[in-house]
Amino acid sequence: MIDKFLNLLFKKIKILIFFLCLIPLFRLFYLGLNSQLGANPIEFIERSTGTWALVFLMLSLSMTPLRQLTGSNAYILNRRMLGLFMFFYACLHVLTYLWIDHYFDFDEIFKDVYKHPYVLVGFAAFMLTIPLAITSTRSMMKRLGGRWKILHRAVYLIGLLAVLHFLWLVKKDHTEPLIYVGVFFLLLVLRVIYKYRSYLRTSNL
Amino acid sequence: MLITKKSDVIPSDITSKENFENRRTLIKATGASIVTASGIFTGMLNRTANAASSKQKISNFVKTKYGVDEKLTPYDDVTSYNNYYEFGTSKTDPSIESRLFEPSPWSISIEGAVKKNKQIGIEDFFRLAPLEERIYRMRCVEGWSMVIPWLGLPLSKLIQWAEPTANAKFVEFISLSDDRMMPGQRIPVLDWPYVEGLRMDEAMNPLTIMALGMYGEVLPNQNGAPLRLVVPWKYGFKGAKAIVKIRFTETMPKTSWVKAGPNEYGFYANVNPTVDHPRWTQSSERRIGGGLFTPRIKTQMFNGYTEQVGQLYTGLDLSKNF
Repeated sequence: MIDKFLNLLFKKIKILIFFLCLIPLFRLFYLGLNSQLGANPIEFIERSTGTWALVFLMLSLSMTPLRQLTGSNAYILNRRMLGLFMFFYACLHVLTYLWIDHYFDFDEIFKDVYKHPYVLVGFAAFMLTIPLAITSTRSMMKRLGGRWKILHRAVYLIGLLAVLHFLWLVKKDHTEPLIYVGVFFLLLVLRVIYKYRSYLRTSNL
Repeated sequence: MLITKKSDVIPSDITSKENFENRRTLIKATGASIVTASGIFTGMLNRTANAASSKQKISNFVKTKYGVDEKLTPYDDVTSYNNYYEFGTSKTDPSIESRLFEPSPWSISIEGAVKKNKQIGIEDFFRLAPLEERIYRMRCVEGWSMVIPWLGLPLSKLIQWAEPTANAKFVEFISLSDDRMMPGQRIPVLDWPYVEGLRMDEAMNPLTIMALGMYGEVLPNQNGAPLRLVVPWKYGFKGAKAIVKIRFTETMPKTSWVKAGPNEYGFYANVNPTVDHPRWTQSSERRIGGGLFTPRIKTQMFNGYTEQVGQLYTGLDLSKNF
């Protein structure tokens, strides 16, 4: 009953969620047009898009635990959209870095990526999101069958690299990146607990 | 029969003693700052017509040739974006969290390898030598830079006045330690107070100044009021702010950032595009104030001051002594 209701609700408000996910982008446009991006607008955009990519990653990783906790499948309906928004903000993040920060000076960019560990892990995380975004369609899911699930487990590696990217970037006060480390860890622990419990259930049979 | 009158004041309406006293000190402090500031700088400063902004103009200073062809970074950017961990770790924190900072009265104590320990009030410090305007490039270790017109006097003038002994090989600068006025110090992100240092010959170099103002005004709180160090060929963190103590030492001072990360920050911290930092590219920099579509610029050796300071480091391996 509740499951049916949530399903219907999420289907109805999907378009609303879609527009909610675009608010961070609209905010950047608004601030940019009103010259409110601060003294270093490029850094502001890099930070903002990076933060939102991380937030959407955590949100998409929250859907499975939410299903397990509530028993409702409705959350999974939003997982793909949230994951694709993560990819969207990650693309904006990387584009800002490549274009307005470094003006496609690939000599400099190459040096930056391989010399600085935080850039390297961030870059690796972004590369890993590309195949996942490409294979996110229903037809791709069908074509890949069982392999799809294995491929999309890469999201855990992306999560690890992404939180490291943030943690290593910060100079001194690690409070903010540690919050993301904590959330990521919690989401993993919830999965392990669930797996363990279902293992106990099946072995009892 | 006992007649009690119910109080018509509800407990939540009563101002706590702490709040009441805070308000008192705040009112007193604001009043005092206006009075002392105008008193201290009599003859040198004319308070601007715009009293609300409480900016104090400095009128008596000598223009110098330094950086006259440079394009100045907008005042609003210089005063709203900088690192000053005493007021928080975000670069927008200092402008907000330093509002209640009280830069006067202020005195600086001189100690260590000197003929005799001394104290100097900020008002006397102003009179040690004529104030000069120096337009300097400022390169932050994080890869951004600014051009700032400082007002100050050569550190060498202060050192002459301080009379260090032959044992003085280094100068140590110690900033204020006061977690009431500097809320960032309540968090141990660095080993407070902030400590910086220079080798004696670096300190005596004519480029090195103690700044008291910028843009023709008294130094704003967020930029290091009432006085700070400016060493333009070194990364910005060498410029200790709100200095209360200057100590002459025989051994190399243990500076805050070196203590915090010895593999990332060195004592010398000379701007050097060829020595990379584990986090930031040092070969190029973003000049603040350029807007969204201005490319980075190449970072210059010693921030472009090689002619003046290059000779200080002959024979020194700069990749080891970074």
